[in-house]
Amino acid sequence: MSDDLKSGRIVIVGASLAGLRAAETLRDEGFTGDLTLVGDEPHPPYDRPPLSKQVLLGRVPAADVGLPARRPVDARWKLGVRASGLDPATKEVLLRNGERLPFDRLLIATGTRARPWPHPEEARLDGVLTVRTVDDAHRLAERLDAGPRRVLVIGAGFTGSEIASACRERGLAVTVAERGPAPLVGALGGTLGAFAARLQRAHGVDLRCGVTVTSLTGDAGRLTGAELSDGSRIDADVAVVALGAVRNTEWLADTGLAAGPRGVACDAGCRAFDMYGIVTDDVFVAGDVARFPHPLFEYQMLALEHWGNAVEQAEVAAHNMVNPGPRRRPHLAVPAFWSSQFGLNIKSVGVPTFSDQVTVAQGSVEEGRLVVVYGYRGRITAAVSVNRAKWLEHYRHLIETAAPFPPEPGAADRPASPKVVPSDVPDPRVLSHGPTVALTGHLPDRRLAVVRPMA
Amino acid sequence: MSTETLLERINAYASRPDPYPLYTELREHGVARQDDGSYLVGTYHEIAALLHDPRISSDVRHRTHPDLRDRPEDLPPSFIAVDDPEHDRLRRLAMRHFGPPHSPGRIDALHDDIVDVARELVDGLRGRDRIDLVDDFAYPLPVTVICRLLGVPREDMPEIRGWTNTIIASLDRSPDEDPDGRLRAAAQARVSMAGYLGALAQRRRERPADDMISALVHDDGPEGRLTEPELTTTLTLLTIAGHETTVNLITNGMLTLLRRPEALERLRREPELMPSAVEELLRYEPPVQMLPQRTPLTDVEVGGVTIPQGVPLFLVLASGNRDPLRFEDADHFDPARRDNQHFGFGSGVHNCFGAPLARLETQVALTALLHGLDAPHLVEDPPPYRHSPILRGPRHLLVTGDVAAGAGA
Ligand SMILES: Cc1cc2nc3c(=O)[nH]c(=O)nc-3n(C[C@H](O)[C@H](O)[C@H](O)COP(=O)(O)OP(=O)(O)OC[C@H]3O[C@@H](n4cnc5c(N)ncnc54)[C@H](O)[C@@H]3O)c2cc1C
Ligand code: HEM
Repeated sequence: MSDDLKSGRIVIVGASLAGLRAAETLRDEGFTGDLTLVGDEPHPPYDRPPLSKQVLLGRVPAADVGLPARRPVDARWKLGVRASGLDPATKEVLLRNGERLPFDRLLIATGTRARPWPHPEEARLDGVLTVRTVDDAHRLAERLDAGPRRVLVIGAGFTGSEIASACRERGLAVTVAERGPAPLVGALGGTLGAFAARLQRAHGVDLRCGVTVTSLTGDAGRLTGAELSDGSRIDADVAVVALGAVRNTEWLADTGLAAGPRGVACDAGCRAFDMYGIVTDDVFVAGDVARFPHPLFEYQMLALEHWGNAVEQAEVAAHNMVNPGPRRRPHLAVPAFWSSQFGLNIKSVGVPTFSDQVTVAQGSVEEGRLVVVYGYRGRITAAVSVNRAKWLEHYRHLIETAAPFPPEPGAADRPASPKVVPSDVPDPRVLSHGPTVALTGHLPDRRLAVVRPMA
Repeated sequence: MSTETLLERINAYASRPDPYPLYTELREHGVARQDDGSYLVGTYHEIAALLHDPRISSDVRHRTHPDLRDRPEDLPPSFIAVDDPEHDRLRRLAMRHFGPPHSPGRIDALHDDIVDVARELVDGLRGRDRIDLVDDFAYPLPVTVICRLLGVPREDMPEIRGWTNTIIASLDRSPDEDPDGRLRAAAQARVSMAGYLGALAQRRRERPADDMISALVHDDGPEGRLTEPELTTTLTLLTIAGHETTVNLITNGMLTLLRRPEALERLRREPELMPSAVEELLRYEPPVQMLPQRTPLTDVEVGGVTIPQGVPLFLVLASGNRDPLRFEDADHFDPARRDNQHFGFGSGVHNCFGAPLARLETQVALTALLHGLDAPHLVEDPPPYRHSPILRGPRHLLVTGDVAAGAGA
């Protein structure tokens, strides 16, 4: 039985971070059968985080972001080919070019794509860009090289903020338009949102919050600027649309799998659910496209767009694809991600949006070096550090052990009188960028509940 | 029934050649309170938790009974001995001139120097049939390198060595000698060394050279410069920390390899294993066996035990490195070990500042020795050890054989 699992045919759809790490793990775990990777991008797997950072600064050429291989992988690579469907009855992946790939086990790792500007004609204007792929980043870097008079960034989530940071570092004028009350607020809540707003302004960003871009304007097919909901107008020759991500699940429509705009639902062992909530045993999911229940967060279905999650989930999925029931592992890692912008290193553990209160546990906003701890109903659910990453290990442990919130005092660099305030994580519907951590649970009105202090 | 505490037994000089059975005992005790009220921790996960806990201080002034005797009043503690945010600020200001992102090339630039120094030293062994790996090689190499990094002139190195030896001797807690005398001598050496380094910094202020001291005194970064006392204590710290530790890693490394001819042969055949072999040495025979200066700022619970505020807390890194709950086959030396998150350089915010340099020096040093020495043999095993149970390593490591027959090839 277990030997069967080490052979046979495995197909991985999505040849990026999760796909590659899964393929490596399969071989590490002794899978000797046929392995095929299908990816619609023409490039071998590459790393996305530098695309909104070093690549835009010209420090790393777009061509140099390939993911280092951990080990040689004996596999068939079908690159530049899109999977267009899946036949669960015959167990075949259908490719856009008409080919059918039979499989014994399938891994879905199709990730996300950039949410496009909603008005197609405006989106086609020369100068309107998104950043998800290496080709996108290359195009944007070229535009920035050309010295535009002003760059407009629409959406101040992590990607938008990082792009704005790169523009300022290059001395370019930049306007950031954000529908929510502050940058990063959707992922990190009010305290760090306010901090990020001050940070951006201190670095010369023309930051406009609480506004939406109502239209992009052009002349002879070229972008000239944008109109905002507050009646103002911005002249810009480049607009970067950073409105969050869309999950690549359309190819799974009508397959009977629980796949939709919020991702493909799977269990903690990375096995996909079908639309009835019955778990499959031959279809697995990993990376940005997956939604999975996490016991630390009340078994809500988490959908994470985090590099580290893609790696860990891919490893667990691959392990479970070639090991029998009792040897299978759950994907229980505490979510973690990082971002670098405006000279700061921001790191997060846990799920900051799963919170009702926050407190500054170490350092201070004034110093620009701090650890903010998030709590939900009296226990610690997340911590975010700004230039203080080495302490996060401690908070990860507190999250894992459901330690009481606020954290016990005693840190050498704790604020003199630490205050506990509401976390102010807004309803994602008011944001123009999707939050990086989304609690896509079945109780939508509760998942972002903000407890206001009593009057 | 022994009335000696585990800490006393670890500190006893007779334990120096092989303290590892005592560490096994320590791990069985969990978090162990000693009769003198101090606490000893030797299990991996508990050490990790404490090293990342912001309530654990590195500043001994927070002890309920602070031991201030060895601290000259006019010198502030260096950043290894203070907490965030002060620690973070001082470390950052120093790091600007040592590593990335501000000074990404500093260590690379030393690479050729290190290779040259190692080659010179191996050449000096040529034709001798008996050498002391400590005095003839492992000691001069890192001292020369740290002096070059900082910009201490070659002719002043002996003085630096003298002061360093005196300061390090004061870390030794063995009761049989004259601890007060040692502490007084160390305080005096600290003051002399700070005076010397302060004067050197003044010379570099007037006439900059291409070294780290010049970079520090001419720093025009956004956060300003180190003050005069901060500068001298930081330079003293770098000089001392960059010394004995690397000596012991090189020596422990050769000792470990000479005891295992098959591992030694393998490293000769597969030089690409050297980086992982050095990591394994940092796990298997770490030069810093324990961190003696931690103190809880409040009662802290770990491993089911509450460590009270203000007590001396000893984190036995070398024991954590052998914890079978963390490392497979923990007592086995495996130069190709993969999952190797050891505590050789500590962990958390105080983790070793000089780690990239120490790694490079040791890789170069061991490579030079493996290729420079033909069929080396240990003269005595175990070799005589230094006194310190904290910075543990052989005082001499005598080796015979067709020494240096292949040197300079
Ligand atoms: C600009 C940018 C910056 C980022 N910065 C950070 C950061 O600082 N920290 C952090 O933690 N995370 C960051 N991330 C997120 C991180 O890169 C993702 O979490 C990670 O890439 C997810 O990997 P994945 O393999 O699941 O999905 P993806 O990388 O999205 O890969 C999915 C692949 O599948 C392909 N595909 C989709 N549909 C099909 C189909 N039908 N047929 C064939 N192939 C298909 C896609 O083209 C793509 O190549 C960043 C992302 C971006 C875009
Ligand atoms: C093999 C050689 C070395 C070993 C094993 C070693 C080990 C360590 C350890 C365990 C610590 C942690 C101390 C603590 O947490 O209290 C440390 C800190 C430190 N080391 Fe090293 N070290 C070595 C070489 C060096 C070198 C070459 C330098 C200087 C260039 C250096 C400079 C420092 C400094 C400045 C600190 C204090 C860091 C801080 O407090 O933030 N070390 N080292």
